[in-house]
Amino acid sequence: MQAAHLSASNIACRRGDRLLFSGLGFTLGPGEALQVAGANGIGKSSLLRILAGLARPYVGAVEREGTVGLVDERLALDEHLPLGKALAFWSALDGEDEAQRATALGLADLLDVPVRYLSTGQRKRAALARLLGQKAAIWLLDEPLNGLDTAAVALVTRLTAEHCANGGIAVVASHQTFALAGMQQLPLRDFVA
Amino acid sequence: MSALLRLLRRDLAAFMPGGRRGGTLLPILFFLAVAMLYPFAVGPDAPVLARTGGGVAWIGALLAAILPLDRLVAPDLEQGFFDHWALRGISEEVVIAVRVLAHWLSFGPPLMLAALPASALLGIDGKTLYTVELGLLAGTPGLAAIGVTIAALTAGLRAGAALSGLLLIPLAVPLLIFGAGALSTGGESGIALTAAISLVLLAIAPFAGGAAVRAAREG
Repeated sequence: MQAAHLSASNIACRRGDRLLFSGLGFTLGPGEALQVAGANGIGKSSLLRILAGLARPYVGAVEREGTVGLVDERLALDEHLPLGKALAFWSALDGEDEAQRATALGLADLLDVPVRYLSTGQRKRAALARLLGQKAAIWLLDEPLNGLDTAAVALVTRLTAEHCANGGIAVVASHQTFALAGMQQLPLRDFVA
Repeated sequence: MSALLRLLRRDLAAFMPGGRRGGTLLPILFFLAVAMLYPFAVGPDAPVLARTGGGVAWIGALLAAILPLDRLVAPDLEQGFFDHWALRGISEEVVIAVRVLAHWLSFGPPLMLAALPASALLGIDGKTLYTVELGLLAGTPGLAAIGVTIAALTAGLRAGAALSGLLLIPLAVPLLIFGAGALSTGGESGIALTAAISLVLLAIAPFAGGAAVRAAREG
């Protein structure tokens, strides 16, 4: 795992005419995890996209060291393809073998099922399988626990803990409790403009 | 390089016949339908058909190019593919360039093939057909470039599909003027100019399309 570093300074985010939050900043080093908490529509997803470099902050700057992996509500898997083939597209780009990761996430039986037939929880796990294959140093997880059963919640928490133990960084945006030891908290409502 | 090939393979699987995005069949059938309807509309006057048929083939090709526009970029943007390509350092420009190639492969050669039965329906003679085919060979890459660029521009918009058709027509006018113009002059200069316009469009498309996708993503 390459050295990971993620810091944000004085970030402000604007959607349309509305300033969602401002003056937000934090620094994360290797092995650290952060939970972004807040009500719906407060800007959690927007913050993650800014951290990923996919959107520009209205004010402020983000510094990243290490590759970024993102899991959000959009799967980026071809809906008509069997799950195995859809994941294989990304694993080929990442140069990783996807099959064993799918097994780790309990998806082994679903590899022949077209992505559009997967349930909410299965889709989430498929997105996590894609993330694992990417071997990214910085994980940005947008509501990773939505639609997951208790066993899968424990699995995701364990995978995130392993990722951090290996020197990775995890930023989790969720309104649910994410039971990870030593996780920092960032309540977004403190920065609402 | 292998990433490019994988992108191309995925795009081709999506656009080619049997692919999930309607493939090439629909535009080609539309093109043939225009060629079939035209003689019904103007009557079976062979000299008139032969004189105007080449131009009708061009108009059919241009209108057929509108059909696949809403499937070229928008689905991948909605499903987050562009996000994950960007995270892996694959730029929008590269994705769009590959997509222009894939779109042309799925659209240009099949259209040139369909021009053969169309020429029979329109009663075009061999020499005119030759000029039409050469013109399509020179012009369809440009049409593909315009198509993907417009698809990228309208991908984030609500009424994108309707708008993209309106946007394509004025941009394709130069291709039509020189491509169809070569029919009346019978010379190669028209074809050469069509090819030149195509090259310019091909050079612009990745940058214009890439910037459009990025704007849609950040917006």
